[in-house]
Amino acid sequence: MARNAAKDRRRGAGAVYPHRVLPFAFMLPELAVVAVFFLWPSGQAVVESVRESNAFGLGSRFSGLANFRAALSGGYLQALEVTALFTIVTTVVSLALSLFIAVQVEQTGRFKSVYRTLFIWSYAVPGAVAGAIWLFLFEPRIGPAARLLGALGVNWNFALSGTQAFILISAMTIWQQTAYDFVFFSAGLQGIPLDVVEAATVDGAGAVRRFWRIVFPLLGPTTVFVVVMDVLAALFGSFAVIDVVSQGGPGGSTTTLVYALYRDGFQNGDVGLAGAETVLLFVIAGILLAVQFRVINRRVHYS
Amino acid sequence: MIETDIGWEMLLDPRTSGAVLSTARRRKRSHTRSRKRSSGGVARHFGLILLAALFALPIYLCVVVASHPAADLLRGVPLLPAGQLGSNFSTLTRGIPDTPKLTSMLENSAVMALGVTLLKLALSIPAAYAVSFFRFPGRLLMFGLIFVTLMMPIEVRFFPTYAVTANLGLLDTQAGLILPLVASATAVFLLRQYFRAFPSELADAARLDGVGPIRFLVSVVLPLARPTLAALAVLEFIYGWNQYLWPLLVASSLKRATVVMGVKGLIGAAQSFAVPQWDLVMVLALVALIPPVLVVVVMQRWFVRGLMSGIN
Repeated sequence: MARNAAKDRRRGAGAVYPHRVLPFAFMLPELAVVAVFFLWPSGQAVVESVRESNAFGLGSRFSGLANFRAALSGGYLQALEVTALFTIVTTVVSLALSLFIAVQVEQTGRFKSVYRTLFIWSYAVPGAVAGAIWLFLFEPRIGPAARLLGALGVNWNFALSGTQAFILISAMTIWQQTAYDFVFFSAGLQGIPLDVVEAATVDGAGAVRRFWRIVFPLLGPTTVFVVVMDVLAALFGSFAVIDVVSQGGPGGSTTTLVYALYRDGFQNGDVGLAGAETVLLFVIAGILLAVQFRVINRRVHYS
Repeated sequence: MIETDIGWEMLLDPRTSGAVLSTARRRKRSHTRSRKRSSGGVARHFGLILLAALFALPIYLCVVVASHPAADLLRGVPLLPAGQLGSNFSTLTRGIPDTPKLTSMLENSAVMALGVTLLKLALSIPAAYAVSFFRFPGRLLMFGLIFVTLMMPIEVRFFPTYAVTANLGLLDTQAGLILPLVASATAVFLLRQYFRAFPSELADAARLDGVGPIRFLVSVVLPLARPTLAALAVLEFIYGWNQYLWPLLVASSLKRATVVMGVKGLIGAAQSFAVPQWDLVMVLALVALIPPVLVVVVMQRWFVRGLMSGIN
């Protein structure tokens, strides 16, 4: 990091090329896309969020914060709750599982690269496709996993049980997210100097103690990074899985904020409400971004 | 997971990435020492293989079902593959009523994945080059503008973006499928990280030799950035291929459907048969998941190394 900063200084204000117009030309295509597909829609969402269209959808009038009030009552609050629980469950389990696997794989010597391949691939499976496969596995009548659960005495039907649907969606997300986290924990573990760990071994620290007292603190920045990735994936990346498997049901038990927005905006066609929900998502994403840089800056500063 | 490719910027941020990954090289030195201690542990291998098998189980069962006739599923759970994979696949290629043609879905997915990848590279290479190798008024403002896009993955802005895409007359077009996805800041950040660590001696020498900025980019910077570009390409290919929500909204006609959407569509169609055609769904699922999984597995080494080279 220090090296990067030094390099920046060396390059300094003089930069390499003194051109003034050329860099604008270079940035223009990127900025054009940002303006048309990011800024314009964002502005539109803000405008829609404070307007209410009439019953025929032909015109609209200013309605103040009515859309936000509507959003923050009833179903949306449930979606907020579902999203929070979903985020916590998937993040904690993926994190623990991937860290465990990465630590074990790290100690397999020459088989390391084989194990890496075995644990990395599920990240690349498209969410909707993973959803289709799991939907079949857990299909109440003929799904292999459902039959196994039935044989074990579980009354399995995720189309009726909100809890079961939630568990299914979470398990699927964990299946993919663990692979993703694994990549980064593997990389992070490679960065831990072995002599530190060896010194602790000489001092008589057991393997478990060694892990919690030495390895885990040294992994701090990687862990923060992975947590943020998991939270983002849970908040915004779960649409495909949910749409294929449960369509948000039963009884809203798997309706996340993004799915609620899809339902209100596209299935119910409530433009104002969807605008308000979009603005709320912007706020959540903005807070997350701010927290992420806060935490990271502090963590890295001390490490 | 992860239709979004955000989050990577943390890895790419110099303040954080260094701590996340940069020490990886240090480990290399002590690697030989580690071998002695790490060879044992039958229990560990056993446990890991069990876990890996558990992770692979859904895909294994997908292959098994894809190779059986659908009626077999009514009798019980098949645990071993049968010989029907080929004939199930050809049933699929002949086409199922009310579903898009397989070749057209694959073509749309390929166009979308490659379109997203190439356009992202084409937009972000010059943009990252401009903020790294030039100092011009408004540089920080523009960089900030790109930075804001980090908090707006398509899953957050899809509703108003759909309206904009409709206003532009781009619904159900390839441009409408691709363009709204291509301006994420991730690529700009990754490349900027690589560019700012670029040896400034090289840049100074090139300038003194009278090499202009465009030639410098094309003949010096880009060839050296190949691993970073490869990592980026892998990331974006998977991002583009795996898209579901956006094509679901924009690709309204059968002829624009991607293969990932097609899997969901086929589930519905398969249920309308007397015997639900899960075998066909699983064949299509395999077709849809093989390209991105193959890309990750084959490019794994390059992928991770490229991300790191963009960082150090």
